[in-house]
This record gives sequence, C-alpha cells and structure tokens, in this order.
Amino acid sequence: MAALTPISRKPLSLVLPTVAVAGAVAGMFVGASNGSVVLGMLGGAIAMAAVASVYITILKNEQYARWINIIGSGLLGFLFGGLLGGILGLLAGWFFAFFIYWMYEGRYRRKLLPYMTARQVFWHYAFRVICGAIFTFLITPILVVLPLSFNAQDFFTFTPEMLRLDPEGYSLKHYRDFFSNNEWQRSFKNSLIIAPIATVISVSLGTLAAIGLSQSHVPGRRLIMGVLISPMIVPLIISATGMFFFYSDIGRFLEGTLGMNKNFVGYVKVVLAHAVLGIPFVIITVTATLVGFDRSLTRAAANMGAGPVKTFFSIQMPLILPGVISGGLFAFITSFDEVVVILFVGSASQKTLPWQMFTGLREQISPTILAVATILVVFSIALLTTVELLRRRSERLRGLSPA
Amino acid sequence: MRALMLIAPLLVFVLLSFVIPIASMLFRSVENGIVSETLPLTVEALDGWDADGDQLPDEAIYEAFVRDMVVAIEAKKHTRLGSRLNYEETGMSSMFRKSGRALKKLNPDTDGPFKDQLIDIHDGFGELQTWRVIKTHSVEVTNGYFLNAIDMQRTHEGAVSQPEDKQILVKLFIRTMFMSLIITGSCILLAYPISYLLATLPMRVSNLLMILVLLPFWTSLLVRTSAWKVMLQQQGVINDTLVWLGLVSDSARLIIINNQIGTIIAMTHILLPFMILPMYSVMQTIPVTYTRAAKSMGATNWTTFWRIYFPQSIPGIGAGSILVFILSIGYYITPEIVGGTKGVFISNRIAYHISSSLNWGLAAALGTILLGVVLILYWAYDKIVGIDNVKLG
Amino acid sequence: MKLKNTLLMAAACVTAAGGAMAEEMTIVSWGGAYSKSQLKAYHEPYSAKSGVTILNDDSSAEAVAKLRAMNEAGNVTWDVVDVVASDAIRLCDEGLALEIDADTQLAAAPDGTSASEDFGDLLVSDCFIPQIVYSTTFGYRTDMVGDTPPTDICAVFDLDAYPGKRALEKRPINNVEWALLCDGVAKDDVYDVLETEEGQNRALAKLDTIKDSVVWWSAGADTPQLLADGEIVMGSTYNGRLFSVIEEQKQPVAMLWDAQVFDLDGWIIPAGLSEERQKRALDYIMFATDTQRLADQAKYISYGPARASSAPLVGQHAELGIEMAPHMPTDPNNAQNTFLYNYEFWADYRDDIDAKFQAWLAK
Repeated sequence: MAALTPISRKPLSLVLPTVAVAGAVAGMFVGASNGSVVLGMLGGAIAMAAVASVYITILKNEQYARWINIIGSGLLGFLFGGLLGGILGLLAGWFFAFFIYWMYEGRYRRKLLPYMTARQVFWHYAFRVICGAIFTFLITPILVVLPLSFNAQDFFTFTPEMLRLDPEGYSLKHYRDFFSNNEWQRSFKNSLIIAPIATVISVSLGTLAAIGLSQSHVPGRRLIMGVLISPMIVPLIISATGMFFFYSDIGRFLEGTLGMNKNFVGYVKVVLAHAVLGIPFVIITVTATLVGFDRSLTRAAANMGAGPVKTFFSIQMPLILPGVISGGLFAFITSFDEVVVILFVGSASQKTLPWQMFTGLREQISPTILAVATILVVFSIALLTTVELLRRRSERLRGLSPA
Repeated sequence: MRALMLIAPLLVFVLLSFVIPIASMLFRSVENGIVSETLPLTVEALDGWDADGDQLPDEAIYEAFVRDMVVAIEAKKHTRLGSRLNYEETGMSSMFRKSGRALKKLNPDTDGPFKDQLIDIHDGFGELQTWRVIKTHSVEVTNGYFLNAIDMQRTHEGAVSQPEDKQILVKLFIRTMFMSLIITGSCILLAYPISYLLATLPMRVSNLLMILVLLPFWTSLLVRTSAWKVMLQQQGVINDTLVWLGLVSDSARLIIINNQIGTIIAMTHILLPFMILPMYSVMQTIPVTYTRAAKSMGATNWTTFWRIYFPQSIPGIGAGSILVFILSIGYYITPEIVGGTKGVFISNRIAYHISSSLNWGLAAALGTILLGVVLILYWAYDKIVGIDNVKLG
Repeated sequence: MKLKNTLLMAAACVTAAGGAMAEEMTIVSWGGAYSKSQLKAYHEPYSAKSGVTILNDDSSAEAVAKLRAMNEAGNVTWDVVDVVASDAIRLCDEGLALEIDADTQLAAAPDGTSASEDFGDLLVSDCFIPQIVYSTTFGYRTDMVGDTPPTDICAVFDLDAYPGKRALEKRPINNVEWALLCDGVAKDDVYDVLETEEGQNRALAKLDTIKDSVVWWSAGADTPQLLADGEIVMGSTYNGRLFSVIEEQKQPVAMLWDAQVFDLDGWIIPAGLSEERQKRALDYIMFATDTQRLADQAKYISYGPARASSAPLVGQHAELGIEMAPHMPTDPNNAQNTFLYNYEFWADYRDDIDAKFQAWLAK
C-alpha cells in the first residue's frame, strides 16, 4: 500500500522510553526465570535503551545495527539457554532491531492518516495488539495440538524426546494408521458423502423457504420461523432419540415396501437427519440477506418478460449468494462435526469421522485423530487460500484494483 | 400464496421429521400408563384404600395384585414396572425381579389368602410405602417427572421437595444458564474487536485473517476439546511454559482445568466463530461515511463509536449472542471433558438419563424445561431486537 | 437337544455355503483394542467356519438407549450386542434382551462340564452370556510415589504418604465401596452399610477428604492419558488399559491390584429378532463363548476369560509374546483381595446414590 503520510525521524525523547518499555517487558521474562522480575525489568529497560542510543547516535547505519543486534542477541541466548535460547535470542534480536528503527524513523505513521493525533496512533496500535492476542487465543490450541500427531507414542503428550527435537520422538505412524486403517478410511469417505449432500438439501430447501418467508403477508410467520429453527434449539440428545423413531419408520417403509437396498436407505436416513439440523443456519442467514433485498429488481425483471425461475437465478440468487454460502458453510460443519445424532440414526456402515473419533477418544487415546485433524487443517488452508487467490485473480481480470 | 408454496416443502419436512417426533419424545415427560396397564385390577382396588392412614391394604388388594402380577410375569412386564417404580422408590426394582419367580407359581383362584404369603415372599409387600408409591404413580398422566426435574417428588401427600442431599437439578439449571451467559459475554468481548478489525481492514488482508477464524471452526469439536486439555492441564502446555519462563513456580502450577475456568475458556474458544461471523457480516455493511461524518462534525472518537457505530452493530451482537447462548446451553461433550465437577451442565444429566438410567420421562421433562427457557429467551429476543434482524453471515 | 442344535448348525452351514447371497449379521461392541481382540478371536474364525459376514458396530456405549428405541420402533437391526453385566440386567428387566438357557444354548466345556457350571456365579442375569472378567483397579506412577510404592487401596485416601492428584471415575459405583473399606468397614459389611442413609453419607464424607485432589474421569482412556502426562499419581481404570500403558507403551506405571473390583462384560441377544436371525445369533454365541474361543481372546487383551475351563488355556500375547496369565485380574497373585460388582445392589440403588453423588460433586 502506498504511504499515506510522509515520515520523519522522531526525537530520542520519544524513542528511548518506548524502547525501554519494550525492553522491560522482555526483561521481565528473562528476570523471572533467573529469580528476580524487578531486576530483569530494570536490566532489560536500561540495556535496550542503551543499545538503541548507541545505534542511533554512534553507529548510524541501520543495516549494521540490525545484524549486530540479531547476532549478538542470538549469541547471548545461546550462551545462557542452549539451542532453544539461541533461537529465541535471534528472534528477539530481529524484533528489537526492527522496533528501534520503526520508532526512530517514524515508520509507524507511514500507513496512517496524516491528521491522526498521537493518542489516536497509540490506540491504533494498542488495538492491533489486542486483536493479535485474540487471534493467538483462537489459533494456539490448534497449532499446539498438531505437532502431537507426529508423536511416536500413543498419547497426547509432549514427550521429553519431542521437546529435545530428537527424531526418535517423532513418527508418522498415526498417519500410516489413518491411511491404512479401514475404519478410518470408511468413516472419512462416509463423512465426505453425507455432509455435502445434507448441505445441498438444507441449502436448497432452506433458501426457497427463506424467500417465501421474506414476502409480505405470510400468515403465521413467527410460528413458521420458530418451527424452522427449532432443530437448533432442542438439546441434541433429545433430537437424536426423537428422530430415531421417525427414521426407523421411514427406513422400514423404504426397505420393506419399496424394497430399496439397506445400505442406501441407511445413508438416506442420516443425510435427511443432518439436513434438518443444518436448516436453521440456512434460514437465518438467507432471511438476513433478504432483508436488504430490493424488491423492485425482481419486478423489473418480470416486467421485461423473465419468468420466475429465470428471475430467481439471474437476479435474486447472485445477490443473496453470500448469505446462501455462509449458511451452507454452517450447515456443512453441522453435519461434518456431528456426533450425537449419528450415533442414534446411523448404523455401522454409515459411521462418520466424528463417530470414529469419538470411539477413538473413548476407547483408546490415539493421536490418529490428531493426524486426521492435521490433514483437514492443511486441506482447508489450501482450500481457503485457493479461493482467496481466485478471488484476487478475478478482481484483477475485471480491472478492479485490489482494495 | 406463492410464498406459502415456497415454504411448504421445508415446513412439511421439518414438521414431519423433527417437530412431531420430538414432540412425542417430550410427551413422555407426562405419560405414565405403565402402572395402570400392568396392574389394572390393583390400581382399581387401591382406589378405595387410604394412603394417608397407617393400615396396610386388605386382602382384596393383595389378591388383585397377584392376579395382575401373574399376567405381567407371563408377559415379562413385571421387571419393567419394577424399574419404573425404582425411579421413585429405591429397592422396587429388585423387589419385583426377585418376587417374580415365587409369584409365578401362585394360582390366583385357589392359593389365597395372599397377604401373608406375599409378605413372606418379600418384606416390601408388608410396607406401607410400597403401596403408597404404587397408588401415587398409578395415574396415566403424571406431573411426577416434572416435579423430579425441579428437585421435588410426587408423594401420597402431594408434591414435596427432595431431601437436600439429592437436590441437584435446579442447581444445574441455574449453573447452565449462568455459565452460558458468561460464555456469551466473553465471546462478545473477544469477538467485537476482531470483527471490527476484519470489517475495517482491506479485503485482501481481512480474508487472510479470516482463515485464522475459520480454521478453528473447521477443526473437529472433539479435537479442539482435546487440545484444550493438552493446553490447560497442570502438566500442560500453558503451565509448562509459565514454569519454564519462571512466572509460576513448579509447586504452584495454575489450576485451570476441571473447573469452571476451564469450561469457560474451552467453550468460549469453541463458540467464538459463531459470534465473529455474524458480527463481521453486520459490521461490513456499516458505511464508513457515517463515522467520518460524525467526526467531521466534531464528535470525539468515543462519541463516534458509542453513538454512531455501536448502535448499528447491535444486530450482529444479537445474532451472535443468541446463537452462542443456545448452542452453549446444549453442549455437553466439552463440559464433560474439561469441566470436572463444577463444569457439568444440565445436558449432561439429560444424556445420562437417556443413555444410562433409561429414565426417559425425566430426561424429557428436563428437555422440555430447557426448551421452554430457550423459547422464552427467543421470544424476548424477538420482542427486543426482532428476529428479522438476526444476521449470520 | 444338543444333537438338535448340532444338526441346526450343520444345516445353517449348508444353507450358507449353498446360498448365493452371503448372510450378514451386525455385532455391536465397544470399538478400539477390545473390538480388535474380538475380531481376531471370534469373528474371523466364525466367518471362516460359517460363511456369515460380520458387520462391526461400535455402539456399545449407547446400546441400552438404542436397543430400547429399536424395540419400541419394532425394528431391531442388531443381532448380538456386547454390554457390561449391569446393562444386561437392565435390558433384561426392560424385556429388551432374549433369555438364554445356558445348558442348552451354550457349549459345554471340553471335559463335559455343563455351561452353567463352567460359568458358575458369573451368569448374573438370565439374558447375559459372560465373556470376560475385567477389573477396575488402580495404576500408579512408579516415579512419583517415592521409595514405598502403594500396596493397599487405602493409599488412594492417604494424601500425606502419596501427595498429588488421583483419578476416579465420575460415578459412585466402586468409589463408595473403596471409601467405606478405607473408613474401617469390613469387606463383608460394605453393602449393608451402603443401604443406609448414614452409610452413604459416611462414604461421601470419606471421599470428601480427597475431593480437592481428585480428577474425575468418564472415559476409560482418560486415566492412561493422565498417567502418561504425570498429571496424576494414581488412578482407577480397567485393568486392560493399564496393561497396555505398562507393557505396550512402556510408561513408568505399575498396578495396584488390591481391592480391585471384578466386573463382567458379555453378550446379549436383543429381543424381537426374526426366528432366522435369532437362530444365527444363537449359533454365533454358541461358537464364540466356548472354552477355546474365550481363552483365545486373552491373547489380544488382558482380560480374564469368563469360563473356569478357559483359564488353563490362556497363552502368550499374540504380538508382545509375553505370558498373559500373570496379567489376568483373576490370577491368584492379583486376586488376593477382590470385590465382585454387586449387581443386585446397584440395580436398586444406582439412581438414588447417583443423584446424591452428583449433588455432592457439585457442592
């Protein structure tokens, strides 16, 4: 992004205290592990301020300063804390070198509006730090648990070998288990069959109903809405038992009277049950997008001779698509991650991934479920990134500059 | 008319496959035909017996009981009745099972009188309480399960509260509500800044950051719950890191799992995406021009936010809150795994009664109450914010 | 009768071999290592012998509720179900399981001892065919107990000698018995005491002394994980899980067999099967619970076979090659002080004491 604000160097009276504060925070950790927090903070503050003033007033070369800082700090870390300390030292050195010049050169203002006050600038960055913390909260458990899928042992435990980065402590056996074990393969395949079909059903029926609901003068609208979102609000275990009875009857009818294949009927039952669970999400999202929908557009289309179907697909659908997609996403996840209803409605041949994971957790703690999770995470990162890249590409092609 | 036709397929589908089966499941909370079906003569005969008095029923009632039981044992229904009555009075289950063998041999027409024989077979038949329980629970439609669900019981003297050391369900209801509120609150606090950031950043950056929100959302609930266990244990990642850094001494590791803190942390994490996504989609639609206009007219940052931006973001907060609150009320797997003793929710008890104790009547009563609470909240929400304003994405 | 059964079996084999379509039956079990041991010891040889395809359904944890629902819906899709004995009793009471006559419907021991005598007291319900004896017992971290490893159950309640957390199951069963035992109640009196209000309070009061140091588990896999993490000093779980922690995973853990509680796991056949399916299920049961088959299962998992006649046939672990007998809960060295799960008592008192226990937990 282009710079919004011309930058200028900041006085030492601003730079040194800020750097000292950052140094104190870092010093706190070092001090804590060596016995005294206060001493550590003081030491960190003084050291960082001193280093910064040396770089700025004496050395006056950013490149040199950066490398000196990184290497020096890495060496110090290595001397005191071994390999891990060395790595942390390198990182800290890189960060402080960046931070000192970021402050001194005034780079922190570059991307902000020129008329912002100092306080606004401060809040701007404080807000980012808070958001960073929340993102860390969101992502850390997942990042922490994924390495355990390479555990050589059958537990969710970081073994001493793993912490020493000893190759002995790592193994791919849980991945082998996933790919060679029939139960895992079958349940993975089942999930991939059931979730998309259930999603398609809930999205198509749900979208239609949402469009119906958004018309004016629907009698008993509130009640209908209540009925349609009820699958979300009944405790799952009760839904599971209640639905069992219905699907048992349906199953008997399809197998006995219509003579359908037992396995196929099993899938039909589970797919329908999951579709019902996903419907509330679709209804809620799509009605929400329809609230802002401009009715005159459909009237205009009808005016010009388009039939209702044509109007729907060419006019309405593209406009409410975001709502439909996110509703579909919720519905997909509901089915893909559902572990209570499937236990009742499904039978062994429809065993899904969550069911297999659930048995795995109960009967034998096995990091295979983490291996599955890792594969799914990698897969979804790839998927989301591809979608984003495609979006950018189409934006470029349409001549829109990426905002 | 066309509107109804669009709604109809889904409505019929949901009504048939969900609402009706669930309603009939919940109906079990009042349905209680088993006693009068298994012991029709006894129930009729007990009609004239004074349950409040201190006299055992007379011979006629014992005879009726034997007649009923002989039929019931033949149909193997007596043990089922025993399990039903055992929910109300401990010991009934084995009494019916054990006495079954002896009772089977009796001939109602020739082997009388039965009173002493029965008391011989099992002491329980000589106790007033046995007959009181049978009489009290012989009604076909009972409030007994609902009374049990609020820590009371149906007795011959009317509704009485359970002994204090068995009162647990009301406490669990309150705890479930309270914890769900806290979880909803912490989700709002954490989701608001994130959603604001995502909504204000340029698209290409926000889409990348969105991956960080979607990843946990895509990851299985079971995996995330296990992850929190790995994180929060006393020998877990957080404690190990803190000890390594020296912020916490090895002997004073933080206790952040198997209690309410653990439940709140893990549930907040699991439900956070359900708050962020609706908030984000609402905030995206708030035009920047409004806040700029406010500022240009001299409003301070705070005023601009509080008077202009915040009110427009309320539908997102509402939608997120209702989703998170309802979902958290119903979760039981996560509290079971990270909640320890203080993190058990009412749904855990519902699951226990459905799958272990087979007391489906009580489970249905608990479920009905829970559903009632959610419906009241839903109604209140509709009144205050309007359900049309719910935006999810 | 026996002859008739044999004939039926032979007939079943012929039809299976002659029929174009393979027969199929659904057997429900717990999943994990346990299902694997059944697959090796029972299902594979049975399929080879009879030609019946066996579908495995890992639903035993929900079996009671699901069987009831199936029964009410009149559409039972399971043929044979693996449940613990207390569940079998409940299912039998509810009329959801088929009553079995041990002497005519189960195989006699090789020396001719009748099945009812061979199983002995373990036939705790008319519907239940015992398969294994497992025990709920304690494992402890050998590196966390100092120089004096615990030898009796009351170490669990001794916070001074063995400081640290312990894991107990989140239900009253077993825990209240241990508590009373360590509160000075004689073993024979435990259930008499537990029948009374004071006795129940006494047990909870004893548990109260360690309440702050207890991690409550609800899945059998929890305790092994907690032991491996060093999160607890000792914890109760099923002996087979501890075997795999100690022998397969080589963790620094040892067994505390004192006051182990024996429990049974076995088969039931759902009530309401069609005649043909019932016959097939009975045929499977006859095969899978004979002396040799029960002894075979012990090659794959360290649970004791439920027949007296199987015990001498227990051999070595199929993969580890270690002698399995010393790891059986029923081994004389391990079974010096044991409890047998009191089915009668808990069938009556489970709901009552569970409510009290939950109220106590929440306090």
